[in-house]
Amino acid sequence: MKQLLWCAGLLAVLLAVDTALPRIVNPYIAQVIVLCGINIILAVSLNLVNGFTGQFSIGHAGFMAIGAYSSAMFSLKVGAPWASELVAVGMAPFVAHGVALLAALILGGALAAIAGFLVGLPSLRLRGDYLAIVTLGFGEIIRVLILNVDAVGGARGLPGIPGWASIFWVGAGVAAVILLARHLALSTHGRALFAIRDDEVAAESLGVDTTRYKVLAFVIGAFFAGIAGGLFAHFLSYLNPNSFTFLKSIEVVAMVVLGGMGSISGSVLAAIVLTLLPEVLRPVREYRMVIYSLMLIVLMITRPGGLMGSREISLGWLRRRVKPARESV
Amino acid sequence: MTEFLQQLVNGITWGSVYALIALGYTMVYGILRLINFAHGDVYMLGAFFGFYIARLTGAANDPNPLRAAGVLLLSMLGCGIVGFVIERFAYKPVRKSSRLAALITAIGVSLLLENGGMLLFGADPKFFPQIIPSANVPLGMGVSISNQQIIILAVSVALMLGLRFVVLKTRVGKAMRAVSYSHTAAALMGISVDRIITFTFVLGSMLAAAAGVLVALQNPKIEPYMGIMPGLKAFVAAVLGGIGNIPGAVLGGLVMGIAEVMVVGYLSPTWRDAIAFVLLIVILLVRPQGLLGQPPAEKV
Repeated sequence: MKQLLWCAGLLAVLLAVDTALPRIVNPYIAQVIVLCGINIILAVSLNLVNGFTGQFSIGHAGFMAIGAYSSAMFSLKVGAPWASELVAVGMAPFVAHGVALLAALILGGALAAIAGFLVGLPSLRLRGDYLAIVTLGFGEIIRVLILNVDAVGGARGLPGIPGWASIFWVGAGVAAVILLARHLALSTHGRALFAIRDDEVAAESLGVDTTRYKVLAFVIGAFFAGIAGGLFAHFLSYLNPNSFTFLKSIEVVAMVVLGGMGSISGSVLAAIVLTLLPEVLRPVREYRMVIYSLMLIVLMITRPGGLMGSREISLGWLRRRVKPARESV
Repeated sequence: MTEFLQQLVNGITWGSVYALIALGYTMVYGILRLINFAHGDVYMLGAFFGFYIARLTGAANDPNPLRAAGVLLLSMLGCGIVGFVIERFAYKPVRKSSRLAALITAIGVSLLLENGGMLLFGADPKFFPQIIPSANVPLGMGVSISNQQIIILAVSVALMLGLRFVVLKTRVGKAMRAVSYSHTAAALMGISVDRIITFTFVLGSMLAAAAGVLVALQNPKIEPYMGIMPGLKAFVAAVLGGIGNIPGAVLGGLVMGIAEVMVVGYLSPTWRDAIAFVLLIVILLVRPQGLLGQPPAEKV
């Protein structure tokens, strides 16, 4: 009951933000906020694979691309006519578009999850770097595939996707992925994932079905990457294979590592920092990517465990940080 | 048949370039277990250094083989220094941290080189001067090879033999092999592990620079992002042959070059970037240690 109230409250807040924000800030800032949200979904979902389970995936952009393109195609072919029919019978446009968007997102997420399963099952017997390379290869293959399929626009890109993904939907996605990751971390399944990360052989000898759990982490991670892709597609209304290069995957990995492996709040923080950084550096346009890369190097040298290590920001944590300071006075 | 042979010649030439870059990846991986993502960008720098050196020394206006060799050597020297600086200031400080931190640092260095290159050299592609006038040499059966391709092949083979000599016959090579086997044991035997690691980086960067200049001879258009794809593919080639294995890198490079040229020739150029990764996934599923690699003994 308490949880239901929480969720209802959260949705109400999101709805309020959704209506208020465009009136307060300019579209550029709104766009940056949405991109922050999408990157948070990507970083937290990759953290399930890389941080929680200790597997090393650098093909997240591939799953994102699958989700983006499949949900976009669904909306173009099925969702948009469907939504206009619903509007015609008297449903509020916001609700009708929401229903269509939700269907598209779930489809995109599911297809990405299936891809995650297909990639995960055979490749998870590989370890460490080899797994990383397979996921990298998979991401690149997806991109080349999209480039070569004319039905989704190929290299020209896919325009005209309905722009239904507002701040409300992105916020809901962020909330969903964070809640899921948090509950997972506290559950038996989460403990099994951590055990695999810390010592795979020991975990297996204690009866953890390592393959099953690794695939599970992969599938959940891919699902949310697909959702993030779907939101991305329905926010920008245009897709191009170049948005899903190896660099995008690397960007997400950088968020996870910078935030601290296994730390959800760290991923959120790092996703925001790394999304804002290039935007903040816009005035020094020519130098911005140079500064960005230098900061990445310096941060890795000075804080190799990430900004947060494996800690979490929570109320209890904040209280503990404040308390000793008070006692010392 | 003629077409097939012609493609084979082109594939072997292109493959030998991949092999040169792959050697740098494989050596660094063998010693540090680090995927040095910046390696492809060192290759790019090699091409740009060659470009500026050719202009400054006048090799661009007055092509002769001696000056061309000078351009190649100076560019290798320049990239050797760059490799030294990268290792000393970016990789060495994170060597004791997790391998992931090292990997992200490598990615940071890669982005730095690309975007620093954009800043220094400009975004417009530059055209590498013809420091060797081109000519075609017929090989018979309608197959021909350009003199640039001959140079690419000859220089690559010479460099690979040189590397083989260094690794197998010299003291420093012996130390490299010892360090790749175990840092601790090598250090206990009085080997300065840090110096060997630095040496490996310098050597790998020089090979990448050579690859950069050689490729620029044949495809003169050079730009700061030119290293990304060849770098990734050379890395795949190293894995294909068995990462950490020097003959494996050469074999992987050749297989990759030939496969790529064949796909472009017989299928479609747009599939060119996919074949590398398809090959990679197939090999990793069937023979994860690579063509020539030894399966790692698993310690429990």
